[in-house]
Amino acid sequence: MIELIIPAIISCILAFFVVYFTTPPLIKILLKKNYTVKDMNKKENVMVARPGGISIILGIVVSEIVLYGFFQINEILALLITTTAAFLIGYVDDRKVMGGWFKPVTLAIAALPIIFLGAYDSDLVFPLFGDVQIPLLYLGLVIFMIPITGNTINSIDVLNGVASGFMVIASFTLSICLFILQNYEIAIVSLPLGFVSLAFYKYHKIPSKIFPGDSGALTFGAMYGVIAIIGGVEIIAAIALLPAVINSFLFLSSVKRVVEHRQIKGKPVEHTDDFKLKATNDKTAPVTLVRLILAAGPLTEKQIGFAIFKLGIFSGILAIITAFMVGVSL
Amino acid sequence: MSGLYGFLFGMWVLIIIGGGIMVGLLGPFSIQQFGDFHWIITSGIKVTVALILVVIWILILSKLKNYIFKKELKF
Repeated sequence: MIELIIPAIISCILAFFVVYFTTPPLIKILLKKNYTVKDMNKKENVMVARPGGISIILGIVVSEIVLYGFFQINEILALLITTTAAFLIGYVDDRKVMGGWFKPVTLAIAALPIIFLGAYDSDLVFPLFGDVQIPLLYLGLVIFMIPITGNTINSIDVLNGVASGFMVIASFTLSICLFILQNYEIAIVSLPLGFVSLAFYKYHKIPSKIFPGDSGALTFGAMYGVIAIIGGVEIIAAIALLPAVINSFLFLSSVKRVVEHRQIKGKPVEHTDDFKLKATNDKTAPVTLVRLILAAGPLTEKQIGFAIFKLGIFSGILAIITAFMVGVSL
Repeated sequence: MSGLYGFLFGMWVLIIIGGGIMVGLLGPFSIQQFGDFHWIITSGIKVTVALILVVIWILILSKLKNYIFKKELKF
């Protein structure tokens, strides 16, 4: 057991402090180069540095390379390659506005190393009912999983601190589930994601000093998707991510096509005089999680963030219950 | 907010039930009479059935969404 505890502690410390110490200089550099965007939910004209994905990927790469030194398993290599590719895809989208299909298609290609390195098990495990072997179908699942988790996290990156805060809850939940299922190596491999998210949340929480951008959100989402695949916890991962999945589902079922948020004309939410957020009556606007939360009345940005975190904790509890149910057979 | 928690719980129940149907329908399914190609044909049929199940799952989810959020979705 000691051979697992030491790499776990070292990688978690590195993951946290690499992001913690590299983000402030990154903010300075981005502000100096005028790589900023307006914070739309602030009364004053506040410009925020972007993208923070650079410090996020640095924390992940450093901690996972250290873990590879201890474990030398293909799963870590697949995670490193796919997550770095997702970061680069997001970075391109941060610098240049790409079409709606750019991210899903390129993220699907980014998932290929998982297949080529054989870092997956084609048995899909369901709670209570056991597993089902689906070799061909599983390849499709691998290719679809990364674009789905990447874009799902990207779609909830709408308010200060929400993407990173939600990622803290979802990724630690996934790590707990992997420990429950006694998949210790992958559980340790998954821990840096939670610590990277936690360190980044310090600067991303309201009022944000930096935004993750597409590069950060896709890095979070892609790494989460890879962990789900290499850990064989695809169903549990989907459950822990349900509030973000609901957001994507509501968006797609109201818009009825794959489209970039910036291409949508209708506004789902607007500001009150005291700069709270409230749901609009615009029928052309997409239905989103935030719009549903605001259906009961206006809330501050902070209150909406905490409402999403509470939903994340609720789905996290459901995911942990599901992990216990995997060991039970009907 | 209670509607959102209800919807989350409904999605979770649908995932558990959907998993049971997947294991029950696809798990034991196998074709042997096509020689070396039997695994491709078996996988192809499994993919088709799985896709149909996903479409049904999404349709049920849409109905559940409209039922739970009938008041909120009158934007």
